[in-house]
Amino acid sequence: MAYQQGSFPIVEKKQLTEDVFSFLVRCPEVAAQSEAGQFVHIRVEGFSLRRPISICEVDRDAGTLRLVMQVRGKGTDALAAQKEGDFLDMLAPLGHGFRIPEEGRILVVGGGIGVPPLLQAAKESRGADAVLGFRSAGQVILAEDYAAVCGDVQIATDDGSLGRKGTVVPIVAEKLAAERYAAVLACGPTRMLEAVATAAREAGVPCQVSMEERMGCGIGACLVCACKTRKADGSEDFSHVCKDGPVFDAERVFFKEEGRN
Amino acid sequence: MADLSVKIAGVTMKNPMIAASGTVGFGQEYGALFPISTLGGISTKGTTLHRRPGNPPPRIAETPAGLLNSVGLQNPGADAFLAEELPRLKQEDLVVIANLAGSTLEEYVAVVEKVSDSDVDMIELNISCPNVKAGGAAFGVSAACAAEVTAAVRKVCKKPLIIKLSPNVSDIAEIARAVEAAGADAISLINTLLGMRIDIRTRRPILRNNVGGLSGPAVFPVAVRMVWQASRAVKIPVIGMGGISSAEDAVEMMLAGASAFQIGSALFADPTCPVKILEDLNRYLDEQGIASVTELTGMVNPY
Repeated sequence: MAYQQGSFPIVEKKQLTEDVFSFLVRCPEVAAQSEAGQFVHIRVEGFSLRRPISICEVDRDAGTLRLVMQVRGKGTDALAAQKEGDFLDMLAPLGHGFRIPEEGRILVVGGGIGVPPLLQAAKESRGADAVLGFRSAGQVILAEDYAAVCGDVQIATDDGSLGRKGTVVPIVAEKLAAERYAAVLACGPTRMLEAVATAAREAGVPCQVSMEERMGCGIGACLVCACKTRKADGSEDFSHVCKDGPVFDAERVFFKEEGRN
Repeated sequence: MADLSVKIAGVTMKNPMIAASGTVGFGQEYGALFPISTLGGISTKGTTLHRRPGNPPPRIAETPAGLLNSVGLQNPGADAFLAEELPRLKQEDLVVIANLAGSTLEEYVAVVEKVSDSDVDMIELNISCPNVKAGGAAFGVSAACAAEVTAAVRKVCKKPLIIKLSPNVSDIAEIARAVEAAGADAISLINTLLGMRIDIRTRRPILRNNVGGLSGPAVFPVAVRMVWQASRAVKIPVIGMGGISSAEDAVEMMLAGASAFQIGSALFADPTCPVKILEDLNRYLDEQGIASVTELTGMVNPY
């Protein structure tokens, strides 16, 4: 458990879309410990709960983390109002990230605000292709960042305003049919994750998914961010997204847990 | 520096600050952020006789100045607690309070009997659980039920017994008196207040369990009031909790009648707050020229 709590300066802020912001935070000790797919838990003044934000990029040499977050409510709205030079109170790095295969290309599949957490994994892989899905062209983020580190980047939008019309799922199926990947890594809406996991299973490719759940402490003490999973012995249990995840082997996850959005 | 030590039901704690059950697990995760022995005591995650999977998610919802939770007592069971968690905790310099729960009178008695034989320092009984055999109303919402479970557990409990009271009652003093008469060595309060939130787009409750327990600063004045009422009704020590997030809150709780206090939800926003609360408490006592923190207990001067 190499996490710590501290206040760290925002050294760069960019607005990517109407409601998505990118922050570069200088936190050398945290960056040194951070892995692709982990998250940081940020305090927002006046709110009882921290906001979990996934790590988009880690620059261990520069001692920075890049965080890309979407405004979803009053808490994240307050976070998005932070400026360069402001300090973020972060508890980080948290959770278990992606296990990147030592050999072979990977396919990363992101949907919406599930796109950022895969970038570092793509960078650290032995080669990656990406399939990224968004609602429409105006919501597209990080396409150039992925293009810089991936062989092939395919974009799907729900309304067809950029890339292929529809979800990422048909593209994922085509990619899996065309190339033998060592792993599929996915993050996005639960329904997308389930479809991607199914496609990967049918193609015989191991799949890791990054899950999201309403979270409390962020470190595995309060047990609120439950995710129903299958243990190695086949029995069912509630794992916790903050400590056991956020990344799980797709085969372990019950996607259809009632009550999940 | 003032003397911070307190004695609750014969057990001495080096300071009156206890981590509240359900917020700190068994201490390991927070131990990576601050020395867990900063605490005078820890009330461990509510444990039942057998392992419980807990409720489906979502289990938490933020509220103005607080939060709702419905974890559903997910815990590894008493045997796993005794074998895997307790030995590690007992190496720390703090009082270990086993928080125990059940769904039936028999289950309460069985889990207390089992854990009572270990080297936990105290037992805190969560009586806010639904009584399965009495239609699901919590044990702690009627004086008769609260006294019945206290008396039954008392017979097998070899450790100091703290009864943790539910605030979802109309007369907290009556319940406090009932559990005192049934053999409680101390009481702790308040457990969470029952609450609910609804997503106005989906028209579904945010919590999968529909309702959950409210905690955080929003409940603090309610907790102070109930600690005041309960402490005036009984002679046994009272452990106060509910929305404490600063040394000032802790002092207020002690003035209301608490001999010790618990910190819970405040840890989520500020995971190292116990360190600061202890420093600030020390400073307050010195500034006020108070030699022992015990001098605060019940010293409110009411109109």
